[in-house]
Amino acid sequence: MSTPYPLALQVNGAEHRLEAALGDTLLTVLRDALALTGAKRGCNQGVCGACTVLADGEPVRACLTLAHECAGREIVTIEGAAGRAQALQEAFVETGAVQCGFCSPGMILTAAAMLERTPRPSADEVRAGLSGNLCRCSGYRKIVDAVLRAAETGAP
Amino acid sequence: MSGTTRAIGASTPRLDAADKATGRAEYADDVARPGMLYAAIHTSPHAHARIRGYRLEAARAIPGVKAIVTGADLAGPHCGGIIKDESMVARGKVRYVGEPVAAVAATDPETAGRAAAAIEVDYEPLEPVLSIDAALAPGAPLLHEDYPSYVKTVQGGGHGNVVFESTVEEGDVERGFAECDTIVEATWETQAQHHVYLETNGCVADVDASGRITLYATCQSVHHIQQRVAEELGEPMSRIRVRATRVGGGFGGKHASNIHSIAAWLARAARRPVKLVLSRMQDFEIQRSRHPARVWMRTGARRDGTILARDVRVTIDGGAYADESPPVLAFALLMSRGPYRIPNVRARGAAVYTNKLRAGSFRGFGNPQASFAGESQIDELARALGLDPVELRLKNAMRPGDTAFGGQQVPSCVLRECIERVRAAQRAAPPLAPRPGRRRGVGYAALSHISGLMGTAASVQLRTDGSIALATGCVDIGQGSDTVLVQICADALSVPIDRVSYAPQDSDSSPYNWKTAGSRSTYMTGRAVALATHELRAKMLAHAGDMMECAVEDLELRPGGLVGLKGLPKAVSFKEVALRSLFHSGGPIAATHGFVFDGPGFDPKRAAIHQLAFANLGVYTYGAHCVEVDVDEATGAVEVRRAWCAHDPGRAINPAACEGQIQGGFVQGIGYALTEAMHWNAEGWLTTTTLADYKVPGVLDCPVEILPILLEDPDPTHPVGAKGVGEISLVGAAPAIANAVADATGARVRRLPMFPERVLAAIDARA
Ligand code: FES
Ligand code: FES
Repeated sequence: MSTPYPLALQVNGAEHRLEAALGDTLLTVLRDALALTGAKRGCNQGVCGACTVLADGEPVRACLTLAHECAGREIVTIEGAAGRAQALQEAFVETGAVQCGFCSPGMILTAAAMLERTPRPSADEVRAGLSGNLCRCSGYRKIVDAVLRAAETGAP
Repeated sequence: MSGTTRAIGASTPRLDAADKATGRAEYADDVARPGMLYAAIHTSPHAHARIRGYRLEAARAIPGVKAIVTGADLAGPHCGGIIKDESMVARGKVRYVGEPVAAVAATDPETAGRAAAAIEVDYEPLEPVLSIDAALAPGAPLLHEDYPSYVKTVQGGGHGNVVFESTVEEGDVERGFAECDTIVEATWETQAQHHVYLETNGCVADVDASGRITLYATCQSVHHIQQRVAEELGEPMSRIRVRATRVGGGFGGKHASNIHSIAAWLARAARRPVKLVLSRMQDFEIQRSRHPARVWMRTGARRDGTILARDVRVTIDGGAYADESPPVLAFALLMSRGPYRIPNVRARGAAVYTNKLRAGSFRGFGNPQASFAGESQIDELARALGLDPVELRLKNAMRPGDTAFGGQQVPSCVLRECIERVRAAQRAAPPLAPRPGRRRGVGYAALSHISGLMGTAASVQLRTDGSIALATGCVDIGQGSDTVLVQICADALSVPIDRVSYAPQDSDSSPYNWKTAGSRSTYMTGRAVALATHELRAKMLAHAGDMMECAVEDLELRPGGLVGLKGLPKAVSFKEVALRSLFHSGGPIAATHGFVFDGPGFDPKRAAIHQLAFANLGVYTYGAHCVEVDVDEATGAVEVRRAWCAHDPGRAINPAACEGQIQGGFVQGIGYALTEAMHWNAEGWLTTTTLADYKVPGVLDCPVEILPILLEDPDPTHPVGAKGVGEISLVGAAPAIANAVADATGARVRRLPMFPERVLAAIDARA
């Protein structure tokens, strides 16, 4: 095993002191060291978006982000969803946007960051905002509807 | 508690959706056990080679390595579906690049990976066979020299590199063509498509002190995996337990077991839990694909458009192992007539071995290949006859009471309505503004599929508080069967769905289910749930009759869990019935119902059938798709602008779930039509092993409008009339898009995917 170095991570509002190798990705640390398995490993290639989490409010691909790069940043995973992300979770459930669900955490966090910037997006803006996240089940239609619905409801 | 709304027909949010949306749902890679080891697979660098020996010393010497398995350790029989030709790791020979050759379990993933790389295998390379033509060439190298000695559950006349051959024939094709005024003929080619379920395949194998193994697997059937692993490890099934995790998509790709035995073997050897989760690259390399196919088809009609004859030859490339090739071939042949009345049809086909990834079950199961050819050819026939392609379809469309290809009677058939509805919807839609440099076209496809196959069962129990425990072996792979089955059960007892619990699948306790496949969950398992629940209800009424001292005929179920006396307020609650049963019949009231698809089989008087891997199929479903596309004149790029998809779910138990299946299936069909292709180089290396190289549709590749139209026509053989729509929704996309491209440009593309350069080449070839 590669040498571990101490790391302090802010995740979902709590500070975690742990050890991680320099090459460990944020995804590996979240899933294996912190048991936050809501971030999904769909490809580990940076393409699918299933591993998306928020770093200082911006969506990042946890599979492409080194854990040590995240020291001092505020990480939010689906387990820490609040506000807009929570409204999105409800809208996804109500709209039927969750099928196998493997893309859902990444979609929801990506959409939450988008709604933060653009609280009342058009359908085309939602589509553009989600264009980096793959879903193999839904055909995207209900996902777009869910985001629009959450935007209408507004952040709680 | 409001029990007045019916559970059936409501777009109830899925029972598992909140867990999935909040990250709580447990998928295979989320399972962790104390002391868990990690597995890594050593894969073949050769498409075709003999294994001369292994050198394991270097791998064994790495600290942290706890177990290694190679083909030399396997002594049991070969496994597989109809033809038992494969093993969890290669034995004697490797037959595709990426084939598992050995596997290692170690204390962490990195060590496992290093140890797998340190395994040395001595190969004698052989000439690879990489295409249908190469497989069938005289003197071609044989992939399976031992083919004659393999165990086969159905004989299919395999020889050389031919896995299986089948024929279905009705009427007299030669005579039919002799009466035709117009005949069209062409060949279509389709590619290998990968399922790309977003969750790669994987499992965790745990082992108890007695050596009994428990597998947590993302899968389409716990019973299938249990059987395969037991067979491969030489253990009785009682020593192998399989539990389904949440499944991040399947689409057929998690239908047959191949990697589970590796994890189980390593866990048994190391006496510790082992996790084996494939990387995306390994999932592409070692799972399965849709069969590449070549379909030659000839269709003839009278001047008035009456189709009289069709002749078809289907050759599918099954890759290195037989897997589901025999039934995929059979189903492709049975679907090759299309949903039309054609009196004289001959469909002949073969599946061949090649040195590529095995092809297997994938949403549509041979129908997408057959329908791409068939529905394209209907448009070409219409053009040759000078008829409107929609009118030609309507004229020849099957009607209720007709027979399907193979001779089964079809009591319900809403095909004509589906075609008419999508046409009317397209015509009524406000036209999209034309765009400069793009040509607009409209295309149609008419479809049929089945819903059924094999065996399934359900059990249902009244708990002592009057709530209900439902169990089936049906794994929800994202399509929503958990919710739909609970809706069926709750509806039959007039209780809200939160009064019904649904057990996760566990081979120790779940009633048998063949697989989540064949669009069968709502139809097959749904039937079993309805009938088990009816039996439970009858038993409950018998108790209630005793309690209220009246005849069962005088009783009725009342919403919210009551049995009442008809016409009177008097009632007993389910809870009272349940408590009484403990003392009068020795336990909770329970019922089970199991059955094998019992519909009519093929009719030997109508159809001459040779070596088909099925005896009967299922009930038939129908549909029609209409698409509008824009074709970029400069680049040849095709963009689907709008789609209308009419389908016949029998009765939509959960309309939102049906719509989700239709939209998702159609988009997977767009990928098949336009962008998705696995590519092997001249040495047999798969070059498309990332999601960047293998392009599945993203949201911007999909039309905003995919409009599902549900035409409900309750199926008479299902207690609540339901049928499946999971697969048929994919089938129409490719031919409808090809027909729209032809409508826009006059160019016919007969090869999938319709990459821009192929569209441009077809446009150039028009002259
Ligand atoms: S897992 Fe990170 S982008 Fe796919
Ligand atoms: S719901 Fe399955 S990948 Fe999106």
